[in-house]
Amino acid sequence: MNTQHPPGALAKLLGFYRSRFLRAMEEVYGITMFGMRFFAYVFKPPYEVSEVRKHMDELGAKSIPLLTVVGLIMGLILALQSRPTLDRFGAGSFLPAMIALTIVRELGPVITALIVAGRVSSGIGAELGSMKVTEQIDALEVSAVDPFNYLVVTRTLACVIMLPLLTAYVDFLAIFGGFLSETMSSNTTMKLYFAEVISSLTFLDILPGIGKRAVFGFIIGLIGAYEGFNTSRGTEGVGRAATTSVVVASLNIIFVDMLIIQLTLLLFGSG
Amino acid sequence: MNQNDVLIDVQNVSKSFGDHDVLTGLSMQVRRGSSDVILGRSGIGKSVLLKSIVGLLIPESGSITVKGQQVIGMKTRELNLLRQNIGYVFQYAALYDSMTVRENLEFPLRKHMELSEDEIEERVVEQLRLVGLEESIDKMPSELSGGMKKRVGLARAIIAKPEIVLYDEPTAGLDPITGREISELIRDLEKHFGITSITVTHDLECTRTVADTIYILDNGTFTYSGSFDDLQRAEDPLAKAFFLGIT
Ligand SMILES: Nc1ncnc2c1ncn2[C@@H]1O[C@H](COP(=O)(O)OP(=O)(O)OP(=O)(O)O)[C@@H](O)[C@H]1O
Ligand SMILES: [Mg+2]
Repeated sequence: MNTQHPPGALAKLLGFYRSRFLRAMEEVYGITMFGMRFFAYVFKPPYEVSEVRKHMDELGAKSIPLLTVVGLIMGLILALQSRPTLDRFGAGSFLPAMIALTIVRELGPVITALIVAGRVSSGIGAELGSMKVTEQIDALEVSAVDPFNYLVVTRTLACVIMLPLLTAYVDFLAIFGGFLSETMSSNTTMKLYFAEVISSLTFLDILPGIGKRAVFGFIIGLIGAYEGFNTSRGTEGVGRAATTSVVVASLNIIFVDMLIIQLTLLLFGSG
Repeated sequence: MNQNDVLIDVQNVSKSFGDHDVLTGLSMQVRRGSSDVILGRSGIGKSVLLKSIVGLLIPESGSITVKGQQVIGMKTRELNLLRQNIGYVFQYAALYDSMTVRENLEFPLRKHMELSEDEIEERVVEQLRLVGLEESIDKMPSELSGGMKKRVGLARAIIAKPEIVLYDEPTAGLDPITGREISELIRDLEKHFGITSITVTHDLECTRTVADTIYILDNGTFTYSGSFDDLQRAEDPLAKAFFLGIT
């Protein structure tokens, strides 16, 4: 059997990866410029306050049902899973503290962000994408309204504000889910459980966390808007914008999460 | 021709996408208060020309002045001030589909004009009456037919009473009766409000009603310009073909 590649096949393959790589770099560059433009715009009038509020509403309505279920179940499972292990080391009483720290520091923000990315980034990508291909963005521009300010800044800002709030909601539900599991398996009281939770959390768990949540919100809004804004002609592009938004936003969330963890370790010394 | 009378001055404009040259050194002058019509085959660059005039597309070379101001390379802020004098009817209406018909029409008014709620309401109703769609005021764009969308798009373009209106196929997809009404509306806007306009159309009836000067676009430039009567007698093969409606 002839396994010899035809001449030039390798070059072709390299060419393929090269063009893939260049396109990825273009995307990184584009998103970076988009992000910088956001900061150039966000403090400048006109402020589209009512638009921001509308998008906050929509964002909440879209994601709260799913977040409620996931939050509760996440806490339940975490408690169920950890109880036997902790008991084996005679550390069962640390369970509330463990749940609180795991949820507040890491699981809450990341899971919330990933879920909202799935619901909202794709939504923004598809919405702006279809506005782009049906010339609605051109129409805004002709009406002397800056589409970046009116569409991108408002949505991204709504995500930045809402993500910390939604995460707090999920955190609370997850910790409460942990309590539900505990009441079933041991004889803890609500008062005791939450006292443990609160005493285990320090200022440093909360404060860097809020910044991180806002950053996740920024990623979700900005990337959805970027993909939508750069949709090329045709409805096929709209679907692509929606899925690409979720993928790129999710990857960025995980990547940025890793960076932030490293950074907080470096700055505050504790994990 | 007095320079002050020229409201839109397009000189030697070239625009390409990649290696596809769409406009190659095109020129036209539109006088204040005149209604010019552009004819041309599908995909030849008519919409590209209109978009270049409002700064949605940026030509590689040439000059476009509107009201004496150079559009190419203009700062966004100034461009936006200029755009407040221009209405644009998009080929596919481009209604904001998250807004009702009413909100679509209110949008340009709320963004740039200080009007009371009553005045806004009055204008919206008035414009919808002009295009025969008062009943659809609270509908969403998705509930409208193509022709209805088109007419709402037209109402939205003229609601802020701009000096200049660019119509991209205003009568396409309309029945002949509504089409004629829209053509007459365009003519009346010119007559009564002195609106200057450029209309892109394939509709001979509309051309007859509206046109002061007719341009035919082919291969990136205008191959013909003249009045409707001239067109009728023109020897230019494309002009003839258009007149017979067999392009
Ligand atoms: N944004 C764009 N990117 C790439 N090519 C474009 C773009 N806009 C227009 N074109 C190309 O420019 C050419 C002219 O397009 P245009 O929309 O101006 O045609 P038209 O004369 O308005 O046609 P129609 O009568 O069908 O509306 C077409 O070949 C089109 O493919
Ligand atoms: Mg066109």
